[in-house]
Amino acid sequence: MENLLEIIDLHAGIEGKEILHGINLTVRPGEIHAIMGPNGAGKSTLGAVLAGRPEYTVTSGSVSFNGKDLLAMAPEERSWEGLFLSFQYPIEIPGVSITNFMKAAVNARRKAKGELELAPAQFLKLLKDKMAFVGMKGEFAKREVNVGFSGGEKKRGEIFQMAMLDPVCSILDETDSGLDVDALRIVADGVNALRSPEKAILIITHYKHLLELITPDVVHVLKDGRIISTGGMELANKIENDGFEGING
Amino acid sequence: MTDEKDILAAAVEKEYSEGFVTDIEQEFVPKGLNEDIIRLISAKKQEPAWLLDFRLEAFRKWQTMTPPEWGHLSRLPKIDFQDIIYYAAPKRDEDRPTEIDPALMETFDKLGIPIQEREVLAGVKSKVAVDAVFDSVSVNTTFRKTLAEKGIIFCSFSEAVRDYPELVRKYLATVVPIGDNFYAALNSAVFSDGSFCYIPKGVKCPMDLSSYFRINASGTGQFERTLIVADEGASVSYMEGCTAPMRDENQLHAAVVEIIVEKDADVRYSTVQNWYPGDSKGRGGILNLVTKRGICRGEGSHLSWTQVETGSAITWKYPSTILMGNNSSSEFYSVALTNNYQQADTGTKMIHIGKNTKSRIVSKGISAGFSENSYRGLVRMNPGAEHARNYSQCDSLLIGDRCGAHTFPVIRNSNPTAIVEHEATTSRISEDQLFYCTQRGISPEDAVGLIVGGYAREVLSRLPMEFAVEAQKLLSVNLEGSIG
Repeated sequence: MENLLEIIDLHAGIEGKEILHGINLTVRPGEIHAIMGPNGAGKSTLGAVLAGRPEYTVTSGSVSFNGKDLLAMAPEERSWEGLFLSFQYPIEIPGVSITNFMKAAVNARRKAKGELELAPAQFLKLLKDKMAFVGMKGEFAKREVNVGFSGGEKKRGEIFQMAMLDPVCSILDETDSGLDVDALRIVADGVNALRSPEKAILIITHYKHLLELITPDVVHVLKDGRIISTGGMELANKIENDGFEGING
Repeated sequence: MTDEKDILAAAVEKEYSEGFVTDIEQEFVPKGLNEDIIRLISAKKQEPAWLLDFRLEAFRKWQTMTPPEWGHLSRLPKIDFQDIIYYAAPKRDEDRPTEIDPALMETFDKLGIPIQEREVLAGVKSKVAVDAVFDSVSVNTTFRKTLAEKGIIFCSFSEAVRDYPELVRKYLATVVPIGDNFYAALNSAVFSDGSFCYIPKGVKCPMDLSSYFRINASGTGQFERTLIVADEGASVSYMEGCTAPMRDENQLHAAVVEIIVEKDADVRYSTVQNWYPGDSKGRGGILNLVTKRGICRGEGSHLSWTQVETGSAITWKYPSTILMGNNSSSEFYSVALTNNYQQADTGTKMIHIGKNTKSRIVSKGISAGFSENSYRGLVRMNPGAEHARNYSQCDSLLIGDRCGAHTFPVIRNSNPTAIVEHEATTSRISEDQLFYCTQRGISPEDAVGLIVGGYAREVLSRLPMEFAVEAQKLLSVNLEGSIG
């Protein structure tokens, strides 16, 4: 099977300070990978660099996605190619409704692929279906993007957007942090329902709670900008018991 | 025919799609301004003696005045008023004097302005009556008969002078006196065409009325005059739009709009100003120096201003309301966007005279590029304005770090029972917002348009539907190239 995402010796940082010191990671279609690690390990940096956040600089290494050079693409091109990043802290866009935001996003991608824009009726059906999928009520569509959302609503909103955009590879950056048990369950159900043999998911997390609900195929431990250990669920259990200190590369 | 230069210009300036020139035979008065020119304009329009006297009086007044210099408009050039053609009109076909020239039909069609009723009746365009003004003359006013059945007068200003001289004389210059300011005096001396609208007592206008102003000829200025009267208990929604060709030189637009709102009447006035803003280097563009003012004369009357200002090299404009009648109210909702080297100094005056008068000001400035965007406002509570209230909110949004945003609010409160509130914010489009949008596949240009549209939503949502869509598009288009 071909690799969906292949990261080779990736070095990257921000404001001249290197944070990732040579990441190697291969993700195949259908796989779920968990990336665990202590604060400051570089987990969120990895997500940001893959999504193309402009403040970050890649100093060396390569990333191929769907066989293409991911690092050569603008953030929106990565999105069109099927990469999705669920933000740890979703951003507020005052005055812009979820409906208009998603319409812009969905149609931008269709346009990039040479497809016609969705007819309003089709779009509204898609919107309703996906809202139901994450248990959002009708008025959610009219709310301003992330404005006045509770922590749980923000995270559910990210999963809703993920469902709307139907990405090939999703990176969930601490989507579980700050969620209560019920919200965690909704997020996990959403992610599980989006699993498919063609798609891959990268879960960045501190804790194994979410991993108990979404069973990963591979668990990596990221520490000081390097992946120091790779294994299965047993690695997550070890971390839960012994902490990150107990893991050595 | 389009030559290569035009194609090139269009490619560079693709952001301004209304910048074409209509090839049509036009007649002009000689360049320059003096009493003979004014007599000539008046004679061309076959005006009565009182109106010529009005013009001449204004001209004499204007000669004693100097241009105001208090605006935050460093790029407003010194205008040579003798280097302007004050009247330009498409020549009428002598054989078919009542027909609209096909070139003009094509022009307004291209601009999306329905100047024929059948387009509206066929459901192609939304139901709105239009007065279309091309340079110095009105080309056509639609639905006049339909409106006349309700007693509503909607026609060009010139026709109003001819057909309803008493009404015009009764109201003209009652809100903006001829010597009000330098540009209003100039307009009073040389105004050519514009719209006249009268809604009689108790009549609710059954459709939106609109005027569309098009500058075409080079070397000319446009000096339209609009007069709107809503008699007791009447109501009307009025919209104004405007565009001009792209040229390297500046062109002057000095209009006067007067609105009279009688007891319990309601006027909603909306503008989407899209004059040519000049190129990305700041060459050319319209100098938009305009006086708009309304008076809520009667008790319980209401006037609302909504403006979306995206065009013009220079905008100097303060749509204002005199709240004379007790319990009268007024609003000013504004979005002013400046990009490249545009400069806008715009705002409002709310003059509270009557008791329990209310006003609300919502101003949203957006500056990008090297532009300067200023809000200037006056809220005055006169001694008799018992329990009057004003609420003002002035927001500025900055895109990039080379533009400027300024607010110059003035509050004069001479009544202890009156309450005035003022809030102001300044914000930027953050990198976080842009990245969030682009991560979802929205291009940076569209993302800026989306964010700005959200920021301006409170104002845009007050526009009639079709206008709101148009305005939203304009905001996006005019921001092209504003981010790196």
